[in-house]
Amino acid sequence: MNSKTKRTLVALVEDRPGVLNRVSSLFRRRNFNIESIAVGHSEQPGLSRMTIVVDGATTAVEQVRKQLDKVIEVVKVIDISEEPIVARELALIKVHATSSTRSEIIEIVDIFRANIIDVAPGSLIVEVTGDEDKIESLYNLLRRFGVKELSRTGKIAMVRGAAGEINVEPEKPETEERPRRIRKAKTA
Amino acid sequence: MKRTGAQILCESLVKEGVEVIFGFPGGSVLPLYDTLPQYPQLRHILVRHEQGAAHAADGYARATGKVGVCLATSGPGACNLVTGIANAHLDSSPVIAITGQVARPFIGKDAFQEIDITGITVPITKHNYLVLKAEELATVVKEAFYIARTGRPGPVLIDIPRDVFVEEANFHYPEKVNISGFKTIVQGHPSQIKKAANLINESKKPVILAGRGVIISGAFPELKELAEKAQIPVITTLLGIGCFPEDHILSLGMIGMHGMAYANMAVCSADVLIAIGMRFDDRATGKVSGFAPHAQIIHIDIDPAEIGKNVRVDVPIVGDVKHVLRELNKQVVVQTHLDWIGQVEEWRRDHPAVVIRETDELLPQYVIRKIYEVTQGNAIIVTGVGQNQMWAAQHFWYNKPNTLISSGGLGTMGFELPAAIGAKVGKPDEAVWAVAGDGGFQMTIQELATAAQDNIAVKIAILNNGFLGMVRQWQELFYKKNYVATPLSNPDFVKVAEAYGIPGLRVTDKKLVIAAIQRAMEYNGPFLIDFVVEPEENIYPMVAPGCTLAEIIEAPWNKVKVHTGSQETSNL
Ligand SMILES: Cc1cc2nc3c(=O)[nH]c(=O)nc-3n(C[C@H](O)[C@H](O)[C@H](O)COP(=O)(O)OP(=O)(O)OC[C@H]3O[C@@H](n4cnc5c(N)ncnc54)[C@H](O)[C@@H]3O)c2cc1C
Ligand SMILES: Cc1ncc(C[n+]2csc(CCOP(=O)(O)OP(=O)(O)O)c2C)c(N)n1
Ligand SMILES: [Mg+2]
Repeated sequence: MNSKTKRTLVALVEDRPGVLNRVSSLFRRRNFNIESIAVGHSEQPGLSRMTIVVDGATTAVEQVRKQLDKVIEVVKVIDISEEPIVARELALIKVHATSSTRSEIIEIVDIFRANIIDVAPGSLIVEVTGDEDKIESLYNLLRRFGVKELSRTGKIAMVRGAAGEINVEPEKPETEERPRRIRKAKTA
Repeated sequence: MKRTGAQILCESLVKEGVEVIFGFPGGSVLPLYDTLPQYPQLRHILVRHEQGAAHAADGYARATGKVGVCLATSGPGACNLVTGIANAHLDSSPVIAITGQVARPFIGKDAFQEIDITGITVPITKHNYLVLKAEELATVVKEAFYIARTGRPGPVLIDIPRDVFVEEANFHYPEKVNISGFKTIVQGHPSQIKKAANLINESKKPVILAGRGVIISGAFPELKELAEKAQIPVITTLLGIGCFPEDHILSLGMIGMHGMAYANMAVCSADVLIAIGMRFDDRATGKVSGFAPHAQIIHIDIDPAEIGKNVRVDVPIVGDVKHVLRELNKQVVVQTHLDWIGQVEEWRRDHPAVVIRETDELLPQYVIRKIYEVTQGNAIIVTGVGQNQMWAAQHFWYNKPNTLISSGGLGTMGFELPAAIGAKVGKPDEAVWAVAGDGGFQMTIQELATAAQDNIAVKIAILNNGFLGMVRQWQELFYKKNYVATPLSNPDFVKVAEAYGIPGLRVTDKKLVIAAIQRAMEYNGPFLIDFVVEPEENIYPMVAPGCTLAEIIEAPWNKVKVHTGSQETSNL
C-alpha cells in the first residue's frame, strides 16, 4: 500500500459482544481492503474506539464510511485523513541477540528511542512506538540479526489541537455538505 | 406482575400491532407455542417449510406496508429461514424473524440443534439480537420493529434461547427507542433540492427513473405531480412498478435487461435523469460505464450509502422520497417538453415492446394479458423468478402501488406461492395471483398445504413451459442451444394440487384461458391453473449481460403484426 493513499477512519462503536464481528464481516463481504484495525475503550463509557486504516487506492473510502455508519452499533464514523492528526502504533520485536551483536542492537534501539523490555540469553524484546515509517525502519534494521517474533497493534490516531471529543449527537439532516465532524472544545 | 419471556414476547408483538405470525414449531420454541393460545390476537399460520414463513412474512409486508413476522425453531428451522431473510434484505422488506435458540447454559457447546444464527445472518439482516435475559425482551422487540420499518426498511432477527422464554421478568413496554447509532435523514438538504430543481428546469430531455423507494415512502401523488407538472416521462425499475400508473401517458414502463426498448432508449438520450428511490442494480442499468451517457444524474435515496455506490451522481439528495419531492415540486416549473415527448412517442411506436405475436399456440404472454383483462387490473400479482416474472412485469398494467410483488435483488425461485399467501393474508379482500414457473413452483410447492389448511384463497397460474425457461433462453442465445439441465419432466400439477385438497385445471388451448381464469376467480378458496405454454418462447426485449442499454435485442416478430387486445392501454 502506498502511504499516500492510506486513509484513516475513526469509529465509535457500542461496547457489546459481536460488534467486531459485524464490522469485520462487512469489510470482508464488501471486499474492502483494510490495512489495520485497532480497538480499545474510548473516553465515553460504553463506547469503544476503532481506528481503521484503509487503502484508498483499491477501496472507495466513502463507501467504507457510509456502510460502517449503517451498522446499528456503530455510533459515529469519521474520516480524519484530511485533518492534522497524530498517529501512533506500538510494536514488540523479539530479536535474536548474541554477545557479539547485543551492543549493536542496543545502539540501534537507542537511536530510535525505543526500549528494551526483556533480556534473555539468546534474545531481546524491543518495544517501539511511533508512526508506521519509524516502526518499518527499525524492523528493517533489526531483521539482519534475526527477528523471531513481531507483534504490531495497528495504528491509533487523534486529531491535534483543541478539537474535543467526537460528537455523538445525531447530525442535523444536512449530510450533503460534509458535516462538521469534530466538536470544538468549549473555550473556558 | 411477573410474566414469562414467552408472554413478554407475545405482549410486545401485540403492542406492535402484529396480527399474524408465519411459523413452524420445534423444541426450542415450544414454550412460546405453549403460550400463543393466550393471545388470540396473534394468528399463527403454520407453513410447511421455514423458507415459506420468511417469504410469507415478506409478501405480507410488501402487500400491506406493515412489518411481517416469521418464527422458527433453532438449528435447522433457523437455517431454513436464511434464504427468505436474504430475500427480504435485498429488497428492503421489513420482516421480523424470531428464532429459538438452545438454552443459555448450552450456548457454544455445539448442543443439539444449536446454530449461530445471529452470526449467519449478520450480512443479510439490517440488525440482529441474541436476547440473554427475559427482562431485555420488550426493549429488543421495540427496537427491532423500529429498525425494521424506519428509514430504509429491512429484516431484523431476534434469537431467543429456550430458557429465556420461561424466565420470569417484569413487563414494561418502552414508549420510545433510544438507539444512538441509528439515524435516518428524512428531509433533503435544501441547497441540493434547489440544485436539482434548477437542473430539471433547464433540462430539455429529462426522464424520471423511479424505484421501490417511492412505494416504500408512499409518494405516488408527489411523483405524479412532478411528472405532470414538468411533463417528464417516468420509467420504473422492476420493483418500482406500480409507483406510477402504467396506463398514464407519461409512463414508459420498466428499464433494464428486459425493460421496454423505448424506456432504455430514453435513458440513453436523456440530458437529466432523476433517480428516485432506486439503487442502480445492474439488471436495471446494464453496463454501468455506458449508463445514461448524456445525463446529469440526480439521485434521491434515504440510504446515503446508495449514493455514488454504482453510478456517478451529480446531485445527491439524501432523504425520504415524499419529503424531498414535496420540496422539489414547489421549485420545479411547468414545462411541456413537446419535442422530447414527441421523440419518445416515436420510439414507442417504432419499438412496441409488449406486442404479443399472433398464433394459435398458447403463449405465456397471452395468459398474463388475460389475467389482466379478467381481473381488470384489480389484482396483486406475486411472481416467481425467471421468464414468468418478466412476462408478469411486461404484460400486466400496474396502476396502483404494491400490486406487483416480486423477488428482485435475490431472484429467489419459489418466492411466489408463500409470498402470495402472505399477501392474501394481509389483503384478504384483494385478488391475489401467484404467477409461477414450473421449475420454481416446485421449490415451495409444499405451501399448497398451508393455503389449503387455512383456506387462503390465492390463485395460482403456472406458466408451464417444461423448462427452466430463463436459463434455457440464455443457453439458446449464448451457449448454442446446449440445453443442459434445463428441460423439466414435471409432475401433474393439477393432481398434485388435488392431493393437497386444492382444485385445479389444466389449460392447453388458448380459447379456454379466459374461462379458466374466471373459474379460478369465482372459486372461494385457493385454486391452481396449469397453463401448458409454448416451451421455447423468449423474453424480449433483452439487453445481454455486459451490454449497455443501447444494445437492445428486440423480438424477431416485432413490427410484423400488432396485437391490440381488448383493453385500451397507452403504453402498447
Ligand atoms: C430474472 C430477473 C430479471 C430482472 N430484470 C430486471 C430488469 O430488466 N429491470 C429492472 O429494473 N430490474 C430487474 N430485475 C430486478 C433487479 O435485480 C433489482 O431488484 C431492481 O432493479 C431493484 O429495484 P429498485 O432499485 O427500485 O428497488 P430496491 O432494490 O428495493 O431499492 C430501493 C431503493 O430505494 C431506497 N429507499 C427505500 N425507502 C426509501 C424512502 N422512503 N425514500 C427514499 N429512498 C428509499 C433504498 O435505500 C434503495 O436504494 C430483475 C430481477 C430478476 C430476478
Ligand atoms: C433458488 C434459485 N435457484 C436457481 C436460480 C437460477 N434461475 C433463474 S431463473 C431460472 C429458471 C426458472 O425456471 P421456471 O421456474 O420454470 O421459470 P421460467 O423461467 O421457465 O418462467 C433459474 C434456474 C434462481 N433464480 N433461484
Ligand atoms: Mg419454466
